[in-house]
Amino acid sequence: MTQVLDLVPIWTIILGLAVFFYVLLDGFDLGVGMLYGLAPGTGARNTIMNSIAPIWDGNETWLLLGGIGLLAAFPVAFAVIIPAVYFPILVMLLALVFRGLAFEFRFRDAENKTFWDHAFCYGSAIATFAQGLVLGAFIQGFSVVDGQFGGTSFAFLTPFSVLTGVALMFGYGLLGAGWLILKTEGDVQAAARRHGRICLAGVAAAIGIVCIWTPMISPMVAARWFDWPNMLLFAPVPVLTTAVGFVTWRALSGRAEAMPFLGAIGLFLLSYLGIAISLYPMIVPYQLTLWDAASSPRTQAFLLVGTLFLLPVILTYSGWSYWVFRGKVRADIGYQ
Amino acid sequence: MSFDPVLLSRIQFAWVIGWHILLPAFTVGAASFIAVVEGLALKTGHEVYVRISTFWIKIFAIAFGMGVVTGIIMPFQFGTNWSRFASAGANVLSPLFAYEGLTAFFLEAAFLGVLLFGRKLVPPWAHFVAAVMVALGTLFSSFWILSANSWMQTPAGYEIINGQFYPKDWIEVIFNPSFPYRLAHTVIAFFTTTGFVVLGVGAYLLRRSRSVAESRTMLSMALWMLTVLVPLQIVVGDLHGLNTRDHQPAKLAAIEARWDTARRVPLTLFAVPDDEAERNKYAIEIPWLGSLILTHDLDGQVKGLKDFPADQRPPVAIPFFAFRAMVGCAGVMFLLVVAGAWLRWRGRLYDTPLYLRLCQYGIPLGFIAVIAGWFVTEVGRQPWTIYGLLRTAHSVSPSLTGLDVTLSLLGYMAVYLLIYPWGLILMLRLVRRGPLETAEAVAIEAGRPAGPVLAPAIAVAKGKTL
Ligand code: HDD
Ligand code: HEM
Ligand code: HEM
Repeated sequence: MTQVLDLVPIWTIILGLAVFFYVLLDGFDLGVGMLYGLAPGTGARNTIMNSIAPIWDGNETWLLLGGIGLLAAFPVAFAVIIPAVYFPILVMLLALVFRGLAFEFRFRDAENKTFWDHAFCYGSAIATFAQGLVLGAFIQGFSVVDGQFGGTSFAFLTPFSVLTGVALMFGYGLLGAGWLILKTEGDVQAAARRHGRICLAGVAAAIGIVCIWTPMISPMVAARWFDWPNMLLFAPVPVLTTAVGFVTWRALSGRAEAMPFLGAIGLFLLSYLGIAISLYPMIVPYQLTLWDAASSPRTQAFLLVGTLFLLPVILTYSGWSYWVFRGKVRADIGYQ
Repeated sequence: MSFDPVLLSRIQFAWVIGWHILLPAFTVGAASFIAVVEGLALKTGHEVYVRISTFWIKIFAIAFGMGVVTGIIMPFQFGTNWSRFASAGANVLSPLFAYEGLTAFFLEAAFLGVLLFGRKLVPPWAHFVAAVMVALGTLFSSFWILSANSWMQTPAGYEIINGQFYPKDWIEVIFNPSFPYRLAHTVIAFFTTTGFVVLGVGAYLLRRSRSVAESRTMLSMALWMLTVLVPLQIVVGDLHGLNTRDHQPAKLAAIEARWDTARRVPLTLFAVPDDEAERNKYAIEIPWLGSLILTHDLDGQVKGLKDFPADQRPPVAIPFFAFRAMVGCAGVMFLLVVAGAWLRWRGRLYDTPLYLRLCQYGIPLGFIAVIAGWFVTEVGRQPWTIYGLLRTAHSVSPSLTGLDVTLSLLGYMAVYLLIYPWGLILMLRLVRRGPLETAEAVAIEAGRPAGPVLAPAIAVAKGKTL
């Protein structure tokens, strides 16, 4: 089929945005889930859970859009990557079950509240770690045979992927702390500032190690980073990252309420762009490019028409539901 | 036990979707029911409707939450276990899944928050709109996912190049031959299932003289709906069967356990099909009736399984028995509805203890029929994932070992066996308290998000000061 317009770049952007939205939105609410485990008491826990109860489902829906978007736009990549991370996906899904049910069950099941407290916190932590494993495995690359994954189901597990797993826990924790600073006050907010600083330190360390380690495991990334003139072109990324990290630290220590969250978003954006420019145009790193893995032009065109119309609509009503529940949460206010 | 990744993946898929479908079976109908009751409350202003709605919203929230978390597992199954199917079929199927997400899941998720937490926070009409949006979301979801499934049953509008499926005509893909029947049959099935739940819960509360006004309304509403839907479902089911005969004859032969092609075939009421010997044991048959039902003609010809090579036949026993279970449920439902209509006519609907008790026992009927129906459909499609074109055995992810799938299957089993009974108990607890008490009690809900900041805002909007 001849094609006037190459839709692959458009789909790359849409999918990139969907995944980034997922990382931000479910990122902060998984982070909130982890910090929940460190909360001082039942009152604080209620506040923390209430700060995301009306919106978590919408946030998690971006995971689906990311997954299904990958299937739709780059099916070959989907068919390689998902089986390659069989166990991290399994663990993530099961952890998300417990964490998702905790919202309803905790309030309906007074006798087992503690169980659901744990389900919420450990569920969030395990799901995050599993996503970090997926990220690490992705950067390491996969073995591909005949357009299918050719390795074993345990190949994902390496020191590097464990590191990215832990890194993501710090990262989501930082986002979660930013959200809590925005939505709470008093003790809960103070605790969030403290936890936020610890997470930021963890994030900084993790970014540093990943930046040294990645070029060591990937000649392609090494070449991309250290060849002239790339080095000059990419130089702003580490500089900016350091600056944003510094600003975020100041905001966490001071009185600013929105800045920590914005700073965390900035760090995620920079890291995300960093990974994107390092690996582009690979969708299955070192094996398949975006174009190798793309679905048929008809498939992409058919889906694009609806997506361009529906995404703005979705963003509008999702934004409205955030707006409805805006402002500080307080545990002592109930309906009746 | 053989550690065959294909067989284990099939068991795993059947396990996760079998549990998942039980929740849509209830939530699709319940969302619409809640929207209708909210509409009535808005229009009439009767407290009774508000209490009924509040009561069902709480039960719905649990079921819906379980539907969401078990649903998120589903699309990942295609990648983890069926990656060859995913890459071969994605060009055609993936937009259908994606449109489900874009039109349905975001809609449900965004308005669910307002439906659950917003009654006192947004104006009544906005709460009603939220209920309608959630209901629409569940229906859009059914539309797309059933279209995808129907395409796997009766593929159309595609071409095959190098073993990959490519779309040629999207209208033909979406509205493939079995889709209209499957959509109608399944959505009616979901409304019916919800109908029997509402009917049974109403009857249960009436028997205990709890929330009498609310239970009578629930009983009456549910019964009216079922009086229309159950007979309709039987007609649609018959049409669905005729469609299956035209497009998936091997499946129909398995449903009827028919081995030889013939005219004037009998209807087999019971038998023990033997795949090896290619015949039925202990058959109980009614002459000619088979031809009459399957072709609407006494002399009609019905294809037998022997017309198909042995490696292209589905297993017979499961579709055969599951079909009889489904139709058996339909029969019992029909009797319950007829009895209810008669009692209503005699003015004794609310005070016939035996009938109320039977309605209560009828609660699982819809769920059983839905599961049985899907087993007919899916096992009857075997040995194909895309009917006649892609074999199940060629769909599985090549990297998986038997051990991998055993571990994941055990994980899914353990988790589902924990959460399903647990969720059921929590829902039953709400049922036991009934609408009146549920409306008043807050104790175990302390800490429920109240959209707190908005409460003052709304009060201000309404000209009140807090
Ligand atoms: C005919 C209806 C129907 C059928 C056959 C299925 N589902 Fe389902 N699904 C729904 C009807 C539904 C629903 C009514 O829309 C649910 C149930 C409860 C809910 O939250 O939404 C849902 C939830 C749900 C979710 C969570 C959505 C969210 O986050 O809000 C996903 C990802 C799926 N489903 C995916 C699937 C897949 C991949 C299926 C088949 C293999 C499948 N469903 C079968
Ligand atoms: C919602 C109710 C559904 C139920 C209860 C159900 C049930 C089942 C069962 C029992 C099997 C195993 C059959 C066997 O291996 O003998 C199966 C297989 C399968 N079904 Fe469904 N199914 C449902 C819907 C769907 C939908 C909506 C899709 C896709 C759009 C789908 C796609 C598949 C696939 C890919 C397999 C795996 C391959 C196979 O074993 O045939 N199913 N399903
Ligand atoms: C006498 C009444 C009925 C008849 C003749 C009938 C007929 C059928 C047939 C032939 C199929 C298989 C279609 C195929 O895969 O090609 C089917 C599937 C199914 N049935 Fe029924 N049915 C009846 C009653 C019911 C009832 C009462 C329910 C539930 C409340 C129900 C729920 C389902 C479901 C969920 C499926 C699977 C989805 C589908 O393929 O539509 N059925 N039915």
